[in-house]
Amino acid sequence: MEKLNGLRCRECGRRYPATPVHVCEFCFGPLEVDYRYDALKRVVTRESITAGPPSMWRYKDLLPIEGDVAVGHHVGFTPLIRARNLADELGCREVWIKNDSVCHPSWSFKDRVVSVAVTKAKEFGFDTVACASTGNLANSVAAHAAEGRLRSYIFIPADLEQGKVLATLVYNPTLVAVHGTYDEVNRLCSEIADKYRWAFVNVNFRPYYSEGSKSYGFEIVEQLGWRTPGHIIVPCAGGSLIAKIWKAIKEFEQLGLIDGPVTTKMHAAQALGCGPIVTMVKNDTDVLVPVRPNTIAKSLAIGNPADGYYAYRTTKESGGFGEHATDEEIVEGMLLLARTEGIFTETAGGVTVAAAKKLIESGVIPRDESIVICVTGNGLKTPDALYDRLEAHVKIKPSLSAFDKALAELKAQTA
Amino acid sequence: MTRMRLRLTFPPHLIQEPIVYRLVKDFDIVINIRRADVKADYGWMALELDGEEAQLERGVKWLKEKGVQVDPIERDVISP
Repeated sequence: MEKLNGLRCRECGRRYPATPVHVCEFCFGPLEVDYRYDALKRVVTRESITAGPPSMWRYKDLLPIEGDVAVGHHVGFTPLIRARNLADELGCREVWIKNDSVCHPSWSFKDRVVSVAVTKAKEFGFDTVACASTGNLANSVAAHAAEGRLRSYIFIPADLEQGKVLATLVYNPTLVAVHGTYDEVNRLCSEIADKYRWAFVNVNFRPYYSEGSKSYGFEIVEQLGWRTPGHIIVPCAGGSLIAKIWKAIKEFEQLGLIDGPVTTKMHAAQALGCGPIVTMVKNDTDVLVPVRPNTIAKSLAIGNPADGYYAYRTTKESGGFGEHATDEEIVEGMLLLARTEGIFTETAGGVTVAAAKKLIESGVIPRDESIVICVTGNGLKTPDALYDRLEAHVKIKPSLSAFDKALAELKAQTA
Repeated sequence: MTRMRLRLTFPPHLIQEPIVYRLVKDFDIVINIRRADVKADYGWMALELDGEEAQLERGVKWLKEKGVQVDPIERDVISP
């Protein structure tokens, strides 16, 4: 089945063949994969999907892969958890957590996009993959490159703490630490991507890479029994994820796979210290004003997001809204999710939990409607966010009498 | 000759200044505006710039000193 028409400019609509290009040569707009939905409609059914593997590749027909899956065979199909305890705390009827903190192999949703990009890189005959990243993306690119027997170059700002790079270095990539300001490193990486024939996953492979995010949305719908929730709260960094989850829902709707009408409202969640997309939503403007990130939510710290406009448009089109979370609220969100559901998320998950709470309390999200909160990364990667907040409750000498005494005091405190 | 693809973001106080004209005139850079959105108090432009590498770098440095945000066309390439 020929499923791809090629690439299409999201701004001027000009068409391109499916090659490793990412920018329209005419208007410099971003390119997006264009599918032949008429052909897909004949082959993609609920039955064909459920007969697939328990991974994101059960949706392979709707991803831009034309050959076999090359890496990341076990990525995705993460748990969608009915969060009854959290729902009680929030005073809501139906709350779900889509939990990519346990996404294989590198514990974040980036495995979805990277496995598509690296598979596509092999399909195009590339022998080297690359990215510029300070966290989850670097982990995932290095891991998938190792699995695919590809060379990998990971670019980082030279001042990045050693602790942040260990989870990348372990996969044996070539790590290039660049001295310079954030802007200088950023521009250099763009120039390197332009000069070398490498698969720079989030630059020249971005049209393919970003499609991997749709699998997160497909899974929500399938795991809810082929229905869509009332609300989805999505963390926004570059702005691509929220737009791709929405695209996934619209594709399923177009293919006739969803029960009932789609009434889902997509809500954007960002940190107050780096929230240009939510600011657009709140001010109801399509003008994105770049910011300098200043937040503990490092995994969302993109001050000039490439897909900011499309993220804003997604909230508008779906009738959703957005909410900022302060650093304090982010930590509270992480702790709330951990103590109610036993899920340790990174700061980005704290942002979505906090934003959901605020949207519910302000009445934007009615308490009797179904809510999916997106958790996209694992807290064990960034425990430093909680260092100042957690300590052992009870410290005792090694004797039973000391424990008896401490326990009695604890019970008295909580009585 | 070197070619660059940049996105310039202008803060409100620079909207009325002929920034692009100065780039052409003072730094001998050939500029092709591919896409832009300039409002009364804010604006951005997606540009293709051709020139000697040293002149392009000087031009970028001057833009930053003026307060223009200069990004690659992809904007934030460094991902968390």
